[in-house]
Amino acid sequence: MYDFNYRKASSVEDAVSAVTGAEDGRFLAGGMTIIPTIKQRLANPSDLVDLAGVGGLTGISVSGNTVEIGGMARHAEVNASSEVAAAIPALARLAGGIGDPQVRNRGTIGGSIANNDPAADYPAAVVGLGATVRTNRREIAGDDFFTGMFETALEPGELVTGVSFPVPSKAAYMKFPNPASRYAIVGVFVAATSGGPRVAVTGAGPCVFRVAEMEQALAGNFAPEAVADIKIGDDDLNSDIHASAEYRAHLVTVMAKRAVAQANG
Amino acid sequence: MTSTVSMTVNGKQVSAECEGRTLLVQYLREKLALTGTHVGCDTSQCGACVVHVDGISVKSCTMLAHQAEGCDVVTIEGLADGDTLHPMQEAFRENHALQCGFCTPGMVMSAIDMVNRHDTLDEKTVRHQLEGNLCRCTGYHNIVKAILAAHPVMKGTA
Repeated sequence: MYDFNYRKASSVEDAVSAVTGAEDGRFLAGGMTIIPTIKQRLANPSDLVDLAGVGGLTGISVSGNTVEIGGMARHAEVNASSEVAAAIPALARLAGGIGDPQVRNRGTIGGSIANNDPAADYPAAVVGLGATVRTNRREIAGDDFFTGMFETALEPGELVTGVSFPVPSKAAYMKFPNPASRYAIVGVFVAATSGGPRVAVTGAGPCVFRVAEMEQALAGNFAPEAVADIKIGDDDLNSDIHASAEYRAHLVTVMAKRAVAQANG
Repeated sequence: MTSTVSMTVNGKQVSAECEGRTLLVQYLREKLALTGTHVGCDTSQCGACVVHVDGISVKSCTMLAHQAEGCDVVTIEGLADGDTLHPMQEAFRENHALQCGFCTPGMVMSAIDMVNRHDTLDEKTVRHQLEGNLCRCTGYHNIVKAILAAHPVMKGTA
């Protein structure tokens, strides 16, 4: 891999000025995507600015109807948090199914959503629960955060400081994992929220998306049968060696059905 | 551009000059000559490079040496007490949990972290928790047996 300057930031301001002042600076959170990407020479940043020493970005707290997760919280911490497991068990389980134990020990929620891999798990939870993404500059609604394949609403020099998840009355995430990477070939997050049912799909398309027809059906009857016959079109879905677009479309219905069943306990 | 990276490895304070891009596994193997930690795939998939950083298992091919500055690192070389093997190493020996042995250092390091994190273990959990480690001799059956055998020994309940 090409060399770069490594810099450990001491504060959010320090990190932002280091990244914006560099020729091509990037934030380094857990490094589970960017390090392999640089190794493959698919990215060639001039500077990596490590957020591990920045205070205020870690931690998980539950207050009232909200679960707050720091941008640098590791997947293993979210998975092992008894507070998360009590408030939103689907979120703790989702975190425990990302990658493998060593990836979960390093990878962070902020890094995952800022990268917005089309097959990542966390985007489904952020959109499926109607979460709010907090950055060093503003709050962004989960529905507006993911804008396309590896694209987000983040501007240069803007970093994810945390995510606020409203606690749903029930929720579940079901994924059909790639057997080698554990990335979602298709993952469906369903939730019964105060604003109505939400269905968010990851892995199937270039970016996480909601399925309005399923949400309407679940509003009338939050049961697996309500979504069992709803098929989504495969025109805009991903097709690769792991699964055809047609198969992914089929899996969306299957995973949605299973997720609703699990949410209903 | 190089700068000095210092950390504790297997109880000893060490320092070496590193580039920004120097991986932790390169630091261990090339700067410290601790070649027990293996590089299998170099793409974060196989787990042959697993070491413990501040008590947590990580893939050292996917962590920069600089990220481990000031950390407490334990490698496969740091487990045995003289001629006495760590209970997990002993369990691997007893259960013939290796064939060619290439994946073994990473398997053992992952397995110890797994036992540390679980009060109880069953076969299904062990297999799920081993997802980050590949054995191309397909020796998983005896690896799972070894981990289940080492669990009560490490927990002091044997």
